[in-house]
Parts: sequence; C-alpha cells; structure tokens
Amino acid sequence: MAGIVVNGAPRDLAGVPLHTNALDFLRGCGLTGAKEGCAEGECGACSVMVARPAPDGSDATEWTAINSCLVPAAALDGQEVVTSEGLGSPEDLHPVQHEMAMRGGSQCGYCTPGFVCSMAAEYYRSGRAATNGTGPRHDDGMHGDNGFDLHAISGNLCRCTGYRPIKDAAFALTSPASDDALAARRSVPAPAPAATQLHDGEAAYVRPATLAEALQLLRDHSDGDRAATVVAGSTDWGVDVNLKGARAGLVLGVDRLPELRGFSVGDDEIRIGAALTLTEVERRLESPSGSRLPLLAALMPQFASPLIRNAATLGGNLGTGSPIGDAPPVLLALEASVVLASTEGERTVALADYFTGYRESVRRPDELITEVVVPLPAAEVTAFHKIAKRAFDDISSVAVAFALDVADGVVRKARIGLGGVAATPIRALEVEAALEGRPWTQETVDAAAEVLGRAGTPISDQRASADYRAAMLGQSLRKLFAEVTS
Amino acid sequence: MTDVDSRGISELTTEPEITTSALSRRPGDAVVGSSVPHESAALHVTGHALYTDDLVARSTHVLHAHPVQAPHAHARVTRLEVGPAYDVAGVVRVLTAADVPGINDSGIKHDEPLFPSEVSYVGHAVCWVLGETLEAARRGAAAVEVDYEELPALLTVEEAIEAGSFQGAQPTMARGDAAAGLARATHVFEGVTAMSGQEHFYLETHCSLAMVDEAGQVFVQSSTQHPTETQEIVAHVLGVPSHAVTVQCLRMGGGFGGKEMQPHGLAAVAALGATLTGRPVRLRLSRQQDMTMTGKRHGYHATWKVGFDDEGRFTALETTLTADGGWSLDLSEPVLSRALCHVDNAYWVPDVLAHGRIARTHKTSQTAFRGFGGPQGMLVIEDVIGRCAPVLGLDPAEVRRRNFYVDGQATPYGQVVRHPERLVAAWEQVTDSADLDARRAAIAEWNTAHPHTKRGLAITPVKFGISFNFTTFNQGGALVHVYKDGSVLINHGGTEMGQGLHTKMLQVAATALGLPLERIRLAPTRTDKVPNTSATAASAGADLNGGAIKDACEQILARLQPVRAAHPDLSWDELVAKAYHQRVQLWAAGFYKTEGLSWDLSTMTGSPFKYFAYGVAAAEVEVDGFTGAYTTRRVDIVHDVGDSLSPLVDLGQIEGGFVQGAGWLTLEDLRWDESDGPGRGRLTTQAASTYKLPSFSEMPREFNVALLERAHEDGVVYGSKAVGEPPLMLAFSVREALRDACAAFGPPGRPVELASPATPEAVYWALDAARSAAEAAR
Repeated sequence: MAGIVVNGAPRDLAGVPLHTNALDFLRGCGLTGAKEGCAEGECGACSVMVARPAPDGSDATEWTAINSCLVPAAALDGQEVVTSEGLGSPEDLHPVQHEMAMRGGSQCGYCTPGFVCSMAAEYYRSGRAATNGTGPRHDDGMHGDNGFDLHAISGNLCRCTGYRPIKDAAFALTSPASDDALAARRSVPAPAPAATQLHDGEAAYVRPATLAEALQLLRDHSDGDRAATVVAGSTDWGVDVNLKGARAGLVLGVDRLPELRGFSVGDDEIRIGAALTLTEVERRLESPSGSRLPLLAALMPQFASPLIRNAATLGGNLGTGSPIGDAPPVLLALEASVVLASTEGERTVALADYFTGYRESVRRPDELITEVVVPLPAAEVTAFHKIAKRAFDDISSVAVAFALDVADGVVRKARIGLGGVAATPIRALEVEAALEGRPWTQETVDAAAEVLGRAGTPISDQRASADYRAAMLGQSLRKLFAEVTS
Repeated sequence: MTDVDSRGISELTTEPEITTSALSRRPGDAVVGSSVPHESAALHVTGHALYTDDLVARSTHVLHAHPVQAPHAHARVTRLEVGPAYDVAGVVRVLTAADVPGINDSGIKHDEPLFPSEVSYVGHAVCWVLGETLEAARRGAAAVEVDYEELPALLTVEEAIEAGSFQGAQPTMARGDAAAGLARATHVFEGVTAMSGQEHFYLETHCSLAMVDEAGQVFVQSSTQHPTETQEIVAHVLGVPSHAVTVQCLRMGGGFGGKEMQPHGLAAVAALGATLTGRPVRLRLSRQQDMTMTGKRHGYHATWKVGFDDEGRFTALETTLTADGGWSLDLSEPVLSRALCHVDNAYWVPDVLAHGRIARTHKTSQTAFRGFGGPQGMLVIEDVIGRCAPVLGLDPAEVRRRNFYVDGQATPYGQVVRHPERLVAAWEQVTDSADLDARRAAIAEWNTAHPHTKRGLAITPVKFGISFNFTTFNQGGALVHVYKDGSVLINHGGTEMGQGLHTKMLQVAATALGLPLERIRLAPTRTDKVPNTSATAASAGADLNGGAIKDACEQILARLQPVRAAHPDLSWDELVAKAYHQRVQLWAAGFYKTEGLSWDLSTMTGSPFKYFAYGVAAAEVEVDGFTGAYTTRRVDIVHDVGDSLSPLVDLGQIEGGFVQGAGWLTLEDLRWDESDGPGRGRLTTQAASTYKLPSFSEMPREFNVALLERAHEDGVVYGSKAVGEPPLMLAFSVREALRDACAAFGPPGRPVELASPATPEAVYWALDAARSAAEAAR
C-alpha cells in the first residue's frame, strides 16, 4: 500500500488526488505546521525534511530539506518525512527549536516551522561539525564557528525579523546529542526508491523501477493529451500545478532511476546523471575527482536556493528549456552535450544544437535526458555572472558564463554562454570570435564587450530593462577582466 | 526563558525619572522591562501555533471559495453567466451581487462594491464560487462566463494627474509664508521625487473561515488587524446588527497594515457563503490572488521647491504630494494626512506650504502599510537633502544635523516638538559608537584605491508621531478575569501579528497585578469580549491596550484591597479565594483613552500625537561599479522606545522594521503593465518569484542596535514608547549611503538622483551617470 512515513507514523496515500502536493497532503492530515507562503518554492514556509541518500554518494542518509509545496504527495511514496511537529513539542523543544524560540527567531511565526526544518537539516548535515572551529574559516558572515552554513536557510523568507536573530540561533547550535534519533537515523541507508503506480480516476503518477520501463511509458504516452509529464524534483512542474492549474494525465517520476543518477569522471569527460539533484552534483563536484569543473561549481551556489537544489536536477533545467535557466549558459560555455534515450536507443546532442525555440528543443516527446556530458579539461579562466535584483535565490535577468583559455597573454579559445537575452540560451559566437587570437588586454576586452553588449535581443520586463540587460552583457566581460587581472 | 540576548540589551536599569502620571510609573519588581521570548515562541517553532487556515483541517464540511477575477483594468460587466459553474462537479454555490441581503459594499467610504458591476483593476473579483474542494471551486470559477465592455484605464500617477483623476480630500498644510521664505533663501532648488509602493507580503495570505453559529449568529475567524471593522462590514453586508456577528483573530502571520482594511470584504464573502449554505466557508487567498487583489503601500509623487540659507538651513518648503490611491479611497486620506505631518521629518522648516491629493488609478486600492504615509512624506525631505547638500558644498549629515528641531519649536501643523534633545543624543551616540568620522576617512581612502567598487556611508534621523491622527481612534479596551484559583485570563482589543503585542500585554498585566507571568494567560482577540476596538495600527497597540489592561487590573486590585487589608499575610491564591467568598467582583473591563490630543482636519493643525519616537541610523554600503549590485556592510542604530516594555520584542521590531524599510527603498519593485497592450493594468510582479523581499543576502553584515537610554516617556504605560512603525524609516540611511557611493564614482559636488526603489539597476544608472560626468570632466 502506498504511503509516507511522517514523523515516524505511516500515512496512507490512498484516495489522495494526484495533483495534491505534499504540503496540502500533510496539512490535510492535521499537520498544519508547514505553511503555504507562495506555492512556488520561493519562500520556504513549507519546508520539511526528507530522508534521502547522502549527496556525496555514500550509503548514509541525509536529512534533506525540500519545499513540500512543489512535490506531489505521490512522489514521496515510501519515503520518510519529518515536519516541525516531529522535531519537538512545545514542552520538549528540539535544539533548533529552542534556539529559534529563545533568541527571538520568530515573530509572527508563520515562516518559522519552515525555517526550523531547513535549519534542522543543516544541523544534521554530516560533516558540518567537522568544521567546528577547526575547519576552513569563512569570513563572509555566512558561516558560523559551529560549521553552520547560512546558505542552507537562504531559501526561507522571513518578513518580520530581519534575519539577525535567526542567524544567531543557527550559529548557536551545537552537535546532536548521542541519543538523538534523527542523528542516528543517518547511519542507515535512506528508503530505496519505491516503484510507484497511483491512479485517482483522472490521472496517474508512475515512478518506474527501470529505465526501460520509463522509456516504454514515455513512448506510449508521447503525443497530445496523453503525453506524459516527466518530473524529477518537480520544482518547475509543481509551480505550474499550483499557480497555473496545470494538470497531467500521467506524471512520470524519473527521480530515482539509477541510470539517471550516475556521476563519473574520466580523463576527457565528466558524465553527470540527469536526475542527480543539484545538491548532489554540487557535493560530488567538491570531491577531488570532481573538482575539475570550477565553472559548474561556481554556478551551484547561485542557482535558486538549497531547498530547490535539493530537488531540482540538470535534466529538469534542460528539459524545461527555459531561456532563463541558470545551468544552460554554463553548460554552453563548457561545450556540454546531453544524452537522449528512447526505446530506439541513445543519441548525444551538443547543447549548442539542443535548443530550437522558446521552451523548445530537439528532444522528442519519447526521449528522456539521461546524462549531461562535459568535456575535459575545462578552460582555466571561467566566471559565471548572474544579474538579478537579489543576491540569493532570484531569477536572473541576464546570466553570462565565460570559459576562456588564455596562454602567453593571448586568448586561445573563448566560449561564452548567455541566458536571458533571447528565446533560448545562446552562445555569444561573435564575441568569442572577437576574443580568440587576440591579446588578453583591456583594449581587446573593451572591443569585445561592445560586441557582447549587442548580443541577443534583450527585452524589458519586470526584472530589468532591455538597456540594463544589454549594459550588463558588456559589463560582465569587463568585470571578469578586472577580476582576473587585479 | 531569560538570558536571551547576545548584545547586552537585558534588564533595563531605569534611572529615576520625573514621572507625573501613575500610568507611566514603573514598580521596582516590574515584569515589564525584562527580555522574554514571544509568548507563542514555543508554539511557533513546533508548528503548533494555529493560524486561521489551520482551523480548516480541524473543521468538517468546509466549503472553499475561489474568485472570478477580471482581466481588465477598467470595464463594465455586460454579462455574468454563472450557470456553467454548476456543471462542474463539486461546485455548491456561486455568490453574486443578487445574493447580498444588506449593503453590497466592503469599504467604509461606500466606494468598494463587494460584487462590482464595473471592475476597476485587473484581478477585481466579480463573483465567488464555493466548492466542496478548492479544486472544484477553482474549476467552477474558470467555467463562469463574464463579458466586459472595456473602458479607459489610468495606470500611473502621472496619467492620473494629467487626466485630473483624483479622489477624496485635497488638504493643505501651511505655516508662515512659503513664498517669502523662498524669496529670502540664498539657494533655491526644485525637483520631483517619485517613489514606488510596497507589497506587504505577510507570509500568511488573507484568510477567513466563517460559520453560522447557534441562532443565526455568524462567527468569523479572520486574519484581521481590525476585528471590529471586519465585524461591522460583515454585518452591513449581511444586513444584520453588529451583535449578530462575532469576529475572532487567533493571530496573524504578519500584517504590517495590510490586514487593517483589506480583510473585511473577504470575511464578508465567507460569511455570506456560510449564511446561504449553512456550512463553514473558507476563503484563503493564494499568493497571486493576494497580490493582485489587495492594497499595498501607496506610491507617491512629489514636486518640491526648497530654500536654504548660506549655512544650509531650511528657509522654506513648497511641495505637492500626490498619492497613488488605486481604485478606491480605502485609507488613502489618513495616509495622506500622516504623509503631510511627516514631510518635515526631524527638521525645522520655518515656512511651509504642503498640498496633498490622491490620484484615482485603476490598480488595487492602496492602503495602510507600516509607517502609514510617514515614510513617503519623510522620503521627500530626505531626498531633498541628499540631492541638495552636494550643491551647497556641505556634507548631507551636516545639513541634517543643522536643521534638527530645537526645544520650543513646533511642527508645521503646530505641535510643539517635545524632547528634541533625545534625537541629538541618539545622533551623537551613533556618530561615536559607529566611529563615523574615522570610517568616512577610511572609505574615502578605500574609494581612491578601488576604481570599480565604491563604498558609501550615511546617517539619517527619524522623528515619528505616535497616535492615530484621528483623535477618536485613540482608545483601547480590555477584559481581565481573575478566576477562583487565582489564575488570570486577559483579553484586549489588539491583535497579534508578530509584533509581540500579546507578550507585552502579558507583562503589563503581570506587572500591574504583581504576579509572575505564568499565572496569566491571554486569550485570542474577539469582538464579543472587547467591543468597539480600534485597529491594531499606528504603532499604538501597546499604548492603548496596555493602558486598558492596567486599568482593569487596578480596578480588581482596588476591590481586593479591603480583603488584603484584613488579611495581609494571604498568598494571591488565598486572597482571591477569600475575596470570592466575600462576593467581590473578580473581573473588570478596562478602558483607556489618550489624553491631550487635538486635530483639526479642516485646517490641518493641532497636536495629534501623544509624543514623538526618535531614532538614528548609520549605514555603510559597497557598490559594484560594473553592475550596480551592492551589499550593506554595517548598520548602527540607536532607537528610542522609551523605557522598553519588552527589550527582546523591541529589538526585533527595530531590526525587522529596518530591514523591511530597506526592502521598500532598495529591492522591492512593484511593476504594473503600463503598456497599451492587452495586459494593461496587470501587476507583473504578482509572485514571490518576481517580487523579491529581503533575504539573508540583504542582512547587514554587521548590525548594531541599541535602545536610547534615559528615554522614559511620561504619561504612557510604564514609561514606554511605541515601536512598530518608526524603525522602518531608519532605512533611509541605506538609500542615502547608496547615493553617497554612487557619488563617489563622479566628480565632487555633483548631485546624484536615485530612483526609489534603488534596485541594482537603478543604482547602476545613477553611478553610470556619475561616472560619465567624471569622464566628461577629465
């Protein structure tokens, strides 16, 4: 029987309409701690913890905070969830709850259960305590002496406190006690992916056990009204369901397919599974063998928020084909390819050839993105410039990724990916040409920046004016030059 | 639950002050003044604190309401066909104007039809669909057919001014002879200052849950800052007397003024649905609905002409403030009054002529928002100083300081400014503790060495009047019960939205009764406990309701006094039990009204405020010359809360208000589609993904907040001052620091114009203009 273990108790999924998100499911169970603040994964008021495989790929479990408003309840079939109610009670507060309560971390209290869950996930992050006073020091105001990384709660919004007391609460946390059950839970593997098939009369949620099964379903549901909606973290689809009333006849969950969750580093390429979460990609890139893609590593902290990165995938970011996704400019600059699989076999497409129009690509409806392949060695001079109103967790108005090979003062090779300036992510080919073979000087940069400023066809919208977008294109190259030559 | 503060604000040591009133005298063993966590903190952090929508899972047979929202900014409804909605499975009822038994209006000015025949903004609800599930109601709403005849729409203040589209009163505040003042000035400047509004973005969207109780009584649970007015509007929509409607507010997930007027119509829809179906009706707005349907902070447009003498002192100010009121009046008139009453901020301006008017535009009806016009009025004069000081050849901080009110001077509306020396004390404390002189020098040096990055520093004052401008509203009520076992239950007219009012009220009751906090419980705000309440607004919640609670407690103590005199050794519990047996009334209704207020709306003169709250902030920012992106490096605040009732609560209000103000001034960017295309009038920032609130990335790296010492306020409950709104305006320091940093890209003496909000894009254009001027001068 399909169900979710919530705060240690099984909860039946039978009879739950399949468009119901996990937040509404939990609230319907009477667990009203998690709140809806925005229903699009921007505020974190709905944050809960899920037992997930450790993102470094080990057998351990990591308590992972996600936005429960975005994920279908059905997608949590077979999984373990902890909410603010499960962490502690008013009479017996969890250490995170205690610090938040005592330090004025809550005012209206509405965002608080979500903050508590995000904070608790960081509290339990394996390796956090290792930096306790002895690890690398960060002088960015975002890291506590207790190893707490405030970025972990940067996907949570508070309208009341101004955040200082929440920061103080986070930095006051110690390590979990020896008898802490949630800490102990980490040493046992997370629940195996459930092969799920749920129907509610109107719709179905299916999470196939194998890639072959997934591809077969995709082929059988590849056209018109019957077309399947493929989801992994559901961070894009969930928004459409909540805000636009989107409904699908078949939602196909690919988040746990082993073929889509690999990460391998070869001599001349890195292969990244399309259904690895961005957090998993980020953590694997931190490993010695994975540390050869600094541009991709630079992207990750700027990509949405940890609550999103804990669910979102590269496959999803490419699959939606959004022109303002943050991964495509970086992957274009890295000359990445995507592997598309169908029942007829596999093909590899260069990302530069992948996008064909606004939210359109060469991927056929019966094809699934299984891997992203990045060639090695990567360029030495790289930067990712995301222009947005807010430094954390914003959508870029313009994004520029640079990958330059500079030798003996000459630009040997230039690859530049742009987002937000056209109907698709694009390469700045003319700018690349204006740089390649020329001396790496202010003069070259200024000339190329002029060309870059004319790239694409930026528009004016609520995020930025067309003039500002164009100005930021040119400025991004000048900024890169100033930073690497200063 | 003590020892919570990391920055030394703990027990306040109150120096002996001259207290002439019993109200402000604080006993030695007071519970007020101690740092305690929010009274609901343990419930908040465990998810056990209940908000209105959390009650739905605990109720049965609830119907869900969904609006049919208009796609046009201005249009006549020519056909409304609700029949198709009933074909949708699960749809129970569609509510239209024909269903209203009372008055089809949700405002207090009778200009807000609840079910309109003419829509006045994109998103205006034409009718509401009730369904067994929210999904059914949503699908039903989509099935309703509406035909519209489009009408011309005005979107911007400029368009409204051009068209002469105004609403409500057009007051003028004047003192002296502004023309003569300008004539005797040695420097005269004129300009335009425009500022955007602000979305409240309380994390909890509007919610009402209505049901029909016993004998036709309607019970509405609502996220409302003004339960009495919600009750009145529900009653007049239903066509019943107020005594047939009870409104309760458990708590709100943030209010900020956005739930002062806006909940009423929504509660009325839920109540109407409940009376027609006999079932509980839940109306909870989605974020998108909330943002497209409910009012926001008013954007303002100001023209000004200002005179300075040789020393940078104001001689005169002429200004016209035009509020962007949106489609209906709502609270726009009192907001405008407060804007006019704060256009002086902390500065003596001898001759003043200030006109105010309210544009009628086809947008949401703009409403109360923390500061209530004060921020908009004050921004004008801070913008004036920021722009004019460089041309005067003076440091803006010097211009500010030179123009402070001094003892004996009065505001343009005639209220004597009491305690202006407290502002000076705060200014000097910030200047010293933040080491401003040395940092200014260090910043100048740093800027010279960094061509692509500049830092800026600014210090700004706040003077904010406390009390409702409209004298009548300055009253509060409370109900205090002492039960036979000695436990105490208090109710008061104020609502809790996170500001810590209930925490303070518990401390007031504990202090007044001489009991520990644990003996006192506070029950949710209800109109059948305390009637005829004022909105929890104007920062006045603690002043008004604290006075009322203290009054009630003292009535009870007075009745207990004979029993105590006869039995001096009894414990509280024994005393109470004894009193009960002697038939002593152990409960009391308390009342408070603020004394000494006056306000003449026709002349815009009087002394409408009980006192002024003061504060000073200094902010340092760093701006990236490539992008206009910036960080706030350090903020130092000294703020006046009188003798704090609850230091941890007050600290939270100061910090949170400051960050919210910084959000308004630098980040939060409301945009409407002002094109002539089919989307004209649509709010394009109608979600958290497009409307960005401050997050951790906007938190100042270093944030020092101190409460002004020796700040006892005579004649206010236990010597305290209001704190809800004033700190928001401390954020002017951030805007002025950004201006200072932008100026550093340009030549000296050049004024910098900075849009509001000063988003990275706005900052980029400001610094780019400065940089271009520097290059041109080379």
